[in-house]
Amino acid sequence: MITQASPQTEESMDTGKPAPSRTASIGTRSRVSNKALDDRGFSETVGDITVDQPRMQTRDVNVYYGDKQAIKDVSLDIGRNEVVAMIGPSGCGKSTFIRCLNRMNDTIEGCRVTGTITLDKQDIYDPTLDVVQLRARVGMVFQKPNPFPKSIYDNVAYGPRIHGLVSSRMETDEIVQRSLERAGLWSEVKDRLTSSGTGLSGGQQQRLCIARAIAVSPDVILMDEPCSALDPIATARIEELIDELRENYTIAIVTHSMQQAARVSQRTAYFHLGDLVEVGETNQIFTNPRHRLTEDYITGRFG
Amino acid sequence: MQTPTLVVVLLALMALAFHLGRRRSFTVATRCGGIKALHSLPSHYGTLTAMWCAIPAAIVLFVWVAFEPTVIEHLVVGALPADYRALPAERLSLVINDVKNMVSGNVVSRDPDPAMRAAAAHYQNLERISAAALSVVVLAIAIGGVSIGWRMVSPRTRARNKVEIVVKYFLIISSTVAVFTTLGIVLSVLFESIRFFGRVPISEFLFGLNWSPQTAIRDDQVGSSGAFGAIPLFAGTLMISFIAMLVAAPIGLFSAIYLAEYATPRVRSIAKPLLEILAGIPTVVYGFFAALTVAPFVRDTGNAIGLEVSSESALAAGFVMGIMLIPFVSSLSDDVINAVPQSLRDGAYALGATRSEMIKQIVLPAALPGVIGGLLLAVSRAIGETMIVVMAAGLAANLTANPLDAVTTVTVQIVTLLVGDQEFDSAKTLAAFALGLLLFVVTLALNIVALHVVRKYREQYD
Repeated sequence: MITQASPQTEESMDTGKPAPSRTASIGTRSRVSNKALDDRGFSETVGDITVDQPRMQTRDVNVYYGDKQAIKDVSLDIGRNEVVAMIGPSGCGKSTFIRCLNRMNDTIEGCRVTGTITLDKQDIYDPTLDVVQLRARVGMVFQKPNPFPKSIYDNVAYGPRIHGLVSSRMETDEIVQRSLERAGLWSEVKDRLTSSGTGLSGGQQQRLCIARAIAVSPDVILMDEPCSALDPIATARIEELIDELRENYTIAIVTHSMQQAARVSQRTAYFHLGDLVEVGETNQIFTNPRHRLTEDYITGRFG
Repeated sequence: MQTPTLVVVLLALMALAFHLGRRRSFTVATRCGGIKALHSLPSHYGTLTAMWCAIPAAIVLFVWVAFEPTVIEHLVVGALPADYRALPAERLSLVINDVKNMVSGNVVSRDPDPAMRAAAAHYQNLERISAAALSVVVLAIAIGGVSIGWRMVSPRTRARNKVEIVVKYFLIISSTVAVFTTLGIVLSVLFESIRFFGRVPISEFLFGLNWSPQTAIRDDQVGSSGAFGAIPLFAGTLMISFIAMLVAAPIGLFSAIYLAEYATPRVRSIAKPLLEILAGIPTVVYGFFAALTVAPFVRDTGNAIGLEVSSESALAAGFVMGIMLIPFVSSLSDDVINAVPQSLRDGAYALGATRSEMIKQIVLPAALPGVIGGLLLAVSRAIGETMIVVMAAGLAANLTANPLDAVTTVTVQIVTLLVGDQEFDSAKTLAAFALGLLLFVVTLALNIVALHVVRKYREQYD
């Protein structure tokens, strides 16, 4: 297990501090956490945290904001071409968890991450790994649509341009069109690609952000409550889109809506006060939860 | 009672009225079922009573004090003997002045005759009566106001709304003070400028290439007739401002980027106040620095590499002015950069942008209009800056593009035109007002452009 203090500047983010020798091994089967049964009635994660073909694996991940521990010993696999939904009450650490997966927590002052997180067996907190390349492979869509104050075209072309994926205008045109088509936005904006991205409606802006994320061809897309600022129609459109994107990408989505988790995901992870309480097939979680806390949550007793 | 004493008494009465009104509201409240039964809070009733006490009384006091001298003077003149009243207006005002001087015990311009002594006694008498009457009237109004306020304390009186209306008008009056002062300044400069343009054609002033404001004071004096072309002054001003912005814009902007994006909170908490100390240095100190340190250094360096540098070069003045503007530019830019939402930065990071890519391609374009607005405000400060250029830029009105030459600026010329004893009807003196007006127009235009840019920017990401 390595311990990596979250660096405060980009320079140290790239180089990091020298890691202690790594002895952690990532098993393919579930491991047992040695936590004692605490007063919240939680001992260890219920259900199988592993999948056969994992894209990303996390083991014993702890995140601290200063002295406060936000998530505790979370271990979870995220499989290829699957949608994993993280549910749980506010403040349970699900957003913190997915922000670890592309090291977005690095930008937060005083945030510290321990444990192991791998992408295709490669440790993403390895000091030799460039966080810029990691983020090109693990894209992210945020809760609030955040298009850049640029044209729609430039919003989508931004990622490919900074990563040198395109060299000519024609290539850029192609990538922009393909990304917008995949995000289901092309037909709505193809006549006004030069107008500002901030002038679109909320749902269109969020789809633009998704197009922007997939333009750099990531392996994994993280979505942090992507529909919480949208109306039901835009939400339905995004959910459809997530289902289509599953063919090519691995998706981890945080949501407050259990219906949404049930609609879009194959596996669901239930977080509670920083603990990963239960993981399982989405059907099983919602029809036959095995942990009392999960059952209380999905039956609406709290949260 | 003297007027200042009266004001103090009025303030004391006001405090008393507040207290009375507040107490009264408690009494009323207990009679009709608690504070909740009242429309407003007890302190509102207290304030309302205090307002009834103070505002009408203060208005009467103000009007009285404003018109008292005129009325007394009129009465005194009316009582003067007929031969005095027949005097022409200027002579009469001299007599009045003498009377006033006698009243206040100052030196009188001639031996007072009995009529004037009588007038002075009359004047003094009237003043005494007026002061006494003023005290009585004001205090009566104040006490009457207190009783009105006292009687208004009832559950149905909307004291809060009334207090808030008065507060609103008070705020409106405060804000118009600045507006009317500006208007007054503009008008006074404008009228003097019109007098100047009566002597020197406006086209010569605006387009003339020579500035040499020395005019002959007496007819027999050998002297130049004066040339009032403002072009060399504005060229000098623009050159120095340009040099200043060349220094201030990049350094200010880069330090703002560092402070906003790279600095850790600890560094920022130290560096930002330090930078703001720079803004607190009086410009006259910058002037010393420019004249005694930078200008000789520039001259010596220039001479060492074989350049002809005058000891009062535009370069030195502009450089120091640029240093002065750095905190201005960096503090405005820092605010604008900080106003760019974190979500945009997160979006760029999530796409794998490095910090410098994020700053160059996302933050700066988003902040650019605001930064430009800040820079334009800095330019208008550079144009209006006086002290540094007075000390470092020189007086020679050269029309040159060489920053190593001495040039002069509009503000420097205004200072030299008005320093010392001047007659206020010569073209030379009046030229200062015309320059001031033109300078005002230029900086006003720049400020309008800057504010427009800043406002447009606000609509961008919300």
